[in-house]
Amino acid sequence: MIGPVRYWREIPQRYRYEAARCSGCGKVFFPPRLVCNACRGREFKPVILPQAGTLETFTIIRVAPSGFEDQAPYAVGVVRLADSVKVTAQIVDCDLETLATGQKLRLEFRKVQQDGASGVLCYGYKFVPA
Amino acid sequence: MREVAVIGVGMNKWGELWEKSHRRIWTEAALAAVDDAGVDRVDAMYVGCMSGGLFVGQEHLGALLADELGMGPIPGTRVESACASGGLAFRQAVLAVAAGAHDIVLASGVEKMTDVDGGAATYALSTAADQEYECYQGITFPGLYAMMARVHMERYGTTRRQLADVAVKNHAHGLLNELAQFRMKVTAEQVMGSAAVADPLRLLDCSPITDGAAAVVLCPLEMARKLSKQPPVRVAASAHATDRIALHERDDMADLASTRHAAALAYKQAGITPKDLSFCEVHDCFTIAEILVIEALGLTARGKGGAAAGSGLTAQGGKIPVNPSGGLKSKGHPVGATGIAQIREAVLQLRGEAGKRQVPKARWGLTQNMGGTGASTVVHIFERAEGRKR
Repeated sequence: MIGPVRYWREIPQRYRYEAARCSGCGKVFFPPRLVCNACRGREFKPVILPQAGTLETFTIIRVAPSGFEDQAPYAVGVVRLADSVKVTAQIVDCDLETLATGQKLRLEFRKVQQDGASGVLCYGYKFVPA
Repeated sequence: MREVAVIGVGMNKWGELWEKSHRRIWTEAALAAVDDAGVDRVDAMYVGCMSGGLFVGQEHLGALLADELGMGPIPGTRVESACASGGLAFRQAVLAVAAGAHDIVLASGVEKMTDVDGGAATYALSTAADQEYECYQGITFPGLYAMMARVHMERYGTTRRQLADVAVKNHAHGLLNELAQFRMKVTAEQVMGSAAVADPLRLLDCSPITDGAAAVVLCPLEMARKLSKQPPVRVAASAHATDRIALHERDDMADLASTRHAAALAYKQAGITPKDLSFCEVHDCFTIAEILVIEALGLTARGKGGAAAGSGLTAQGGKIPVNPSGGLKSKGHPVGATGIAQIREAVLQLRGEAGKRQVPKARWGLTQNMGGTGASTVVHIFERAEGRKR
């Protein structure tokens, strides 16, 4: 269940796209973490995710998990953002029949789901064609 | 470290077992393994179970099941590594015997998945992915494997028909397995015409929801002939590796790096190469998974796994039969039990007791069990003990 506290904790990432760049090797982490998995560095500088990306792979969800039933069918993909971080998110306001890898996308702030058990309205990032 | 052998195996008929509880299913399989080994005691036990809590509201399985087996107060340990829980439970048992901590150890796995509805089962399974950064966005497990499939298809030219060929092959194998959940032949047309779940994957690309358990008994190889009448099967290698849990964090989304790493370790321990293997039991939770796994195990070159099922390479009678048991696809996939059932199949094959699905002259067998989209992999290699020159 996505309770209010669990939801609130992720707001810097879901609303403001806050990430961290390793001071040692430059690798970007989203969400931020305590140890770099490339160089084991522990110092990071805050960065904001770029909002332009490219679709690397995707699927059309026909059988949706709970909280998403009324949205199916919908597209979810892995999007590579400009400085090489990849994220998983829905691709919306697009034609599901012509969606293709390599497509240029833009990040937008949207409602993602409503948790059935907790009633929390869940917002975050989705992508639209650029 | 002591050499380790498997001296007993047990499993029950898998399926939608409405009339049987979680603990009953497990105890049937555990008793079958103890009886098969012919031992009168177990010194310790490990239980692989992904989510007793979400599927039946029951945790604390180590103590519960040790008592159910009538073996209390022995140490009972529950092991969780998503769908690799069974394989990892077996590995803990191997390490305990090899280290000299215990002599006779039961390694087991169980999942009771049909006490909850489909939505709740899907949620329980989804906890193997990154909850905050994958599942939050509305992705499902079929969806994650579908995205891996698309990368493989676009990069290597793997076709929709080749995915279907994996299901056709494994169902053909499962026809000969009396304990399999779905003993039925399927055609490529049926697979490609089944309901769309997450493009490009369809219903018959997916392994089912299953109730089931499996168990095996291990002991030091040098004690095997004294303790048991069964021909011992030697554990030649035990390896475990991990990867990033979120698919999007991997550099190559069509490379099962954890399987590649675990397999490399296992081949080195056993002192063999993929060419020496007589058969493999692998984690075909989706048709694309088997293609990715056989590449990571080195059974085919990278990008060439798509053709393996249709060409007969990985079918019974082929150069390297993969999933002679029917795999997860036909046999069923009670997640915590899957890794142990693979090992049971390997032991039966190496004893020469696999009946109609026996791989001729089987000497080396490999099992590969993975969790999530491959963030955990456990690989074991087994050898028919009497075939070994000392």
